[in-house]
Amino acid sequence: MGEFKVHRVRFFDYMPSAIRAMAFNSHTERLALVRADGALEIFNFADHYFQEKVIPGQDGRAVEALCWVGQRLFSAGLNGEITEYDLENLRPRYTVEAYGGPIWTIGSNKQGTLLMVGCEDGTVKMFEILKERIQFQRNLERQKGRIVSLSWHPSGTLIAAGMMDMIRIFNAETGHATHRMLVERGVGASKSREVVVWSVAFLSDYTIISGDSAGKVQIWDGLTGTLVRTHLVTKWDVLCLSVSQDESSLIAGTSEGTVVQFQFISSTVDQQEEEWVRTRTFKNHSHDVRALAHTETAVVSGGMDTQLVVRPLLDKVEKNTQESAMRKIALPHRSLVCCAKKAGLLLFQFPDHLEVWRVGESDGHGKPGDSLPVKRKPEKLIQLKGKGGDHIYSSALSPCGEWLAYSTVSSVRLYRLQYNNISITKVSKLPKDLCLGHQLCFSSDSTKLFASSRHSSVIVVALNQLECKYLHTLKPKSGSRQPVHLLCTSEDGKWLATANTDCEIHVYDLHKRKLHCTVPIYSSCPTAIAIHPTTSHLVVVHADQQIFEYSLVQKEYTEWSRKLQKQGLHSLWLERDTPVTHVTFSLKNPAHIILHDMFMFCIIDQSLPLPESKTLLYNQMTLRSLPEQERIRHSHAFKICKNFKHVMCVSLLEDHSLVVAAEPVLHYLSEVSKRAQTTLSQFAGQYIHVMGL
Amino acid sequence: MVEHGDIRVVHRGGSKINFRKPVITNDSRFLLCASGESVKVFSTSTEECIHDLRGHTDLVTGVLIKPSNHLQAFSCSADGTVRLWDFTDGILIKTYVIGYPIFSIHASPHHEGVIFVVTPMQGDKRSGELFQLVAVHLPQSGDQLVEARELSAVLTGISSNPAATVFGRGGEYIASANGLQLEVYFFKKQKAYRFSLKEDNKKGGKNTFTCVACHPNDDCIATGHEDGKIRLWRNFNHKKEYTYSTLHWHHSAVSSLSFTPEGTNLLSGGIESVLVQWRYNQENQRDFLPRLGAAITHIAVSPDGALYCTSHSDNSKELTSVIESKPLFLTLLFRPRAGESVGTDLMIDPRSKSLVLNGKPGHLQFYSLQRDKLLYNLDIVQQEYIHESGLQQFEVVKAAFDASGNWLATVEERKQKGAELELNLKLWAFDEQTQSFVLNTTISAPHEAQITGMCFSHATDSQTTMLVSTSKDGHFKAWQLAAQSQTDGPSWSCDFVGAYHGLVPECCSFSADGSLLAVSFQEVVTVWSPASWELLTTLSQPPKAIRNLCFGRLSCSKYLLGTTDSNLLCCWNLLTCSLEWSTSMDVSLLLADPLSENMAAFCCQAGCTDLFVFKPSEPRPLFSQKAVCSGMVTRAVFAPREEMLESCEESSQWLNRSQLYFLTQYMVNNTNRSAVKEKKSAVSKRLVIDDSVAMTPFYLLLGKHRQQQQGGDDPQSGVSAERTPLPQGSVAIKELLQTPAHVLPSTSFLCSMFVQSLLISVTDSREESKHAEEEMESEKEEEDSEEEIESSRTRPEQQAAVGGGEAAESAAPAMTKAQVRELRRVKKLDHSWLAGLLDS
Repeated sequence: MGEFKVHRVRFFDYMPSAIRAMAFNSHTERLALVRADGALEIFNFADHYFQEKVIPGQDGRAVEALCWVGQRLFSAGLNGEITEYDLENLRPRYTVEAYGGPIWTIGSNKQGTLLMVGCEDGTVKMFEILKERIQFQRNLERQKGRIVSLSWHPSGTLIAAGMMDMIRIFNAETGHATHRMLVERGVGASKSREVVVWSVAFLSDYTIISGDSAGKVQIWDGLTGTLVRTHLVTKWDVLCLSVSQDESSLIAGTSEGTVVQFQFISSTVDQQEEEWVRTRTFKNHSHDVRALAHTETAVVSGGMDTQLVVRPLLDKVEKNTQESAMRKIALPHRSLVCCAKKAGLLLFQFPDHLEVWRVGESDGHGKPGDSLPVKRKPEKLIQLKGKGGDHIYSSALSPCGEWLAYSTVSSVRLYRLQYNNISITKVSKLPKDLCLGHQLCFSSDSTKLFASSRHSSVIVVALNQLECKYLHTLKPKSGSRQPVHLLCTSEDGKWLATANTDCEIHVYDLHKRKLHCTVPIYSSCPTAIAIHPTTSHLVVVHADQQIFEYSLVQKEYTEWSRKLQKQGLHSLWLERDTPVTHVTFSLKNPAHIILHDMFMFCIIDQSLPLPESKTLLYNQMTLRSLPEQERIRHSHAFKICKNFKHVMCVSLLEDHSLVVAAEPVLHYLSEVSKRAQTTLSQFAGQYIHVMGL
Repeated sequence: MVEHGDIRVVHRGGSKINFRKPVITNDSRFLLCASGESVKVFSTSTEECIHDLRGHTDLVTGVLIKPSNHLQAFSCSADGTVRLWDFTDGILIKTYVIGYPIFSIHASPHHEGVIFVVTPMQGDKRSGELFQLVAVHLPQSGDQLVEARELSAVLTGISSNPAATVFGRGGEYIASANGLQLEVYFFKKQKAYRFSLKEDNKKGGKNTFTCVACHPNDDCIATGHEDGKIRLWRNFNHKKEYTYSTLHWHHSAVSSLSFTPEGTNLLSGGIESVLVQWRYNQENQRDFLPRLGAAITHIAVSPDGALYCTSHSDNSKELTSVIESKPLFLTLLFRPRAGESVGTDLMIDPRSKSLVLNGKPGHLQFYSLQRDKLLYNLDIVQQEYIHESGLQQFEVVKAAFDASGNWLATVEERKQKGAELELNLKLWAFDEQTQSFVLNTTISAPHEAQITGMCFSHATDSQTTMLVSTSKDGHFKAWQLAAQSQTDGPSWSCDFVGAYHGLVPECCSFSADGSLLAVSFQEVVTVWSPASWELLTTLSQPPKAIRNLCFGRLSCSKYLLGTTDSNLLCCWNLLTCSLEWSTSMDVSLLLADPLSENMAAFCCQAGCTDLFVFKPSEPRPLFSQKAVCSGMVTRAVFAPREEMLESCEESSQWLNRSQLYFLTQYMVNNTNRSAVKEKKSAVSKRLVIDDSVAMTPFYLLLGKHRQQQQGGDDPQSGVSAERTPLPQGSVAIKELLQTPAHVLPSTSFLCSMFVQSLLISVTDSREESKHAEEEMESEKEEEDSEEEIESSRTRPEQQAAVGGGEAAESAAPAMTKAQVRELRRVKKLDHSWLAGLLDS
């Protein structure tokens, strides 16, 4: 029914970085995850594992450990600092130097009053957690050799510390070491190498469990300091351990990419005496498993292969439900590509730099499926390196392509671009209010820049050739303190919509410069919003895959949206496990909504009937083989194309050609496995072809 | 029909000992194996079969040491009885009649007076597939025969495989696996838990359970699976929170699992023929005992944990001492190829006079008929046999000895799907120094198609040895030993390639003096002169192809005999080149006795095979017997006797020089469906004169072991039930003869007993021969009496003992030949008096 010229962009070689540590907060069901480049990500496990917040990293900041204390999140790293994060403004709140050399581990007591860090110099340092900051309290007895891992007994009286070749038990009150438990080295050649106790766990029954670099998971009696059991799990390292809340299950991540589960079960049916028995083995990673979290129902693991894997435990969840499906989260749940529709430019956001590309051109025509000759090759126009070591949080390119803005945790920068002989000039004088921009967005006529600021407010800045001027700040009435994570304007420049992680969507009337309306709050977080250019309908897609259409004029859900809710979405649509990250509209056909997630893109034709629950959802291939009349009878509103993998962006240019930025999977995987600096230029490039939908 | 009352067919082979899991006794001295209709008791130190516990009238399906008395053993059978034995003395203590066919037996020391048997489910139309576990309360009764009718079903819908049901720790629960489901029944709570696995074919994994083992001290159930995985189940007293861990080493199905008595190790085995020992709770530490020869079917561990016994699919048992970790002994029994048309003929090695046939895969086995023992396996293929199902590997399909036994020719072939046939002709020279065959020449691809026949020139005096092979490619080739070079010594090369009108040659045969070669080309017999390779004459007896071709021997060497597909036996006189005589009979196998003029012909008619022995020169058969056996005789051979017998009776004279051995084969699609018959098996039988050297039955083992299925009413089993059980006296005789002289009672006492028995034997011998007749009729039961094997073994010893007795006590008169013969007959009689004597 529609033919598109597709620019298949394969030169966005975005590479997620390795997962370094994670911490799960069982009260809020949020998983904090830190990557090797220092970026922190917060996933909401209660809301379809949606990646709610991202705090970009910084050059030279390697975070080694994470720790939740109530709602507060602390991290420590090899730079020797402890950082607390401001999760409302998405930036580090403060950092405290521990003065003990690189910090390997961080932990808190159960009461949430004390924080301890294990340092390279062999000290365990205690910090008191105050309301606004942390304060150094004291050192425990200093040891020879670094403290690699720490675990606090739930009662708070004893601390187990994993070191080189041994585990120490400290009395938390006196600070003295009470036990010294020697850990056996590996056999053979590794006999001469020190064994590193990578992880310890102190259970409430005074059992200590350790995982070490000789591949052993050992169970110790913490009161007597004696070894109870040794489980040889791998030939290489056991890197991390995690114990379930009820201490009946334990998981160990190894450098072979496996996660081994142990369960505390009685060896005989009537006996009360229980012991730790190795049970299941999960192999979902190709490389080291560096971080683990044991939630109530699932094993969460991440490591060098950058994927976050949520593997439900089948004895804890109902079988054959959405909950029992395994999830792999590979790419961020937000758009890293910005498309300047009028100029045919693409802006790619990397952690530390930005790239502006011009898409290639082709004047050929062809049948669906044909590849067209590329007349002009795509070219990289600008590569802009971030300043000051801070990584980029958000970026935007104006539709005309003349303005480029990006934000870091500390500042917003605006550039003016010229293409006839390529030049880039920084706009030096920015309004003082424009210091924070979680999200950036240009108006469609490129005269205004919108930047979301603290407490869900939006700063509006007017741009012209000479200067850039602060106009006003738009504030919601709800008083939410959560940051805005989605921002969009309408084509006609009248509306601006924002969505924050409290699931609120506010729409502002830009002409009246005030809040127009608030969309009724839905329980799931919005993952993509867009305003229709002609009808001014707001289309919202949520993390639970629901789609709503809201009429801004009538301030109510549209007829189509009601019909969709009444009939319900197709079960296969709801079972998809990656969120829709971008919504756009077709200029030619106003009934078309184009949206995409990681594995597919979809054109929703509002003029066609919705798919029944029994009809085939992915029917494009079968439709193609049917005769014309049959095709009309069988076609439904959801036209889904699964030709691409790892879709980063789908956007419609002015000339009605589609830009699909998709990574070749091969490229992605080989990059992960090699981790080498080689440029895989044979994969990079652009293909233009014609696609019928 | 000629009178032949004194010629009988004797089973020389029989059933398998790998049908069910063997049991090692508590003192590790004996190994009990279910074998056909009996239970065999082997000594673990000498590997001799000590007792053969006979009494069941149908297949024995399980053996078990009685939990409350470790000197007694239960055996269960498809005849619906459970029998209790004293296995050290070989005495039947009690028979419990259950009334339903039993497929396996289980017991636990914690369930006193109760045994658990698996029977088909009653009142169900599909009772052939569904089985139930039934608890049987054994009544306390002094009687020999006890009716045990107090049955209560425990589990229903279980597998009949005994390895799939096992008692857990302390008999508290019983675990049973069937298909994709594991069921655990707790006796105290009377509650069953079921755990199912998905049939996961996504990754090629097949989760079907194959076997189950329970840890002796922990609540841990180990299950083996079709895809080679072993799962260790724990926490199975919860419906939902059960858990299991997976061990994976085997690439094919795990066929047997066993925990050691202390529970420290788990043993597993499968088609890989590697015994794997997993350390319990340290499962990544495992030890291997590789190259066990054939796929492991069962693993048994002695109660003290010192011995492991593995049964293999080639019917061998291997006992492994844990400490030394090397096989202690290997009982390899006769193993002809199972139910396949490939396989060599039965042959007699002219040197060792041993029977030669297919042995282990890619081997020829040399089996001593005199000593009834496997001599050795000759590796023909000389390639590693890969223990994996579904692989096409080289098989020995033809073999031939020359007359002097100096040369052995073998043909091996491999036919792979989509690939060309691979053929090798190998010629082996006998090496005097090593006393074995050494490979002399390998001819790869001797023909372009399958070799259909091969024979050596028989002339012992001729200077050159010649081998002729015929092939489906339309040629026959003559191979001759030729000195090629000084360094290498003589080797074989092709001398002549012959063809006849593009027809396919089938059989070839040399005349006795080696001057003529007859090759059959479909319906035409061509006679060639090997000296000049000249086609001398063609003989034809249309319209059907020649099936067998055979020259007469000695005085009848002018005759050439052939059988055709059109049920014609023709005899040509080569002097006149004309048909001497022909008769219409459907001869399936024709063979000539190399030591006499006699020819034997097996005719297959109406599911039975008749045997005719005749001389080509005489129209009257020397001997004929209807229905020698049921089914077709596929292979037969004349084996020369060590010493010639003098028999006056005309009908048995033909057996004076040789004995005739033949192999039969039962087809599965027989109309009668009895447990015994469904087993594809072959029996080697021997025709002997009644009072000749005693018959030594040994059991031929054949075929893949299959689950036994019981047909309820079967005339065959009825016949076998009527058969009188044979006396068990030979054991006592053996014991008498093996017991040192100084512990025996006084000779005068023994002597008088002997004399007494001689007197009785006159009447009994008639009975005996009658019985022999009867046996001939019903000899389908391949499980035959074992006592005759004992008697044959003991014969020389007996004579020696008699001689010794003479020397020791000159009072005893020298026995006449007749007396010795009588004495021999005695030992087939009841010798329980002697057993009683020895026991006292």
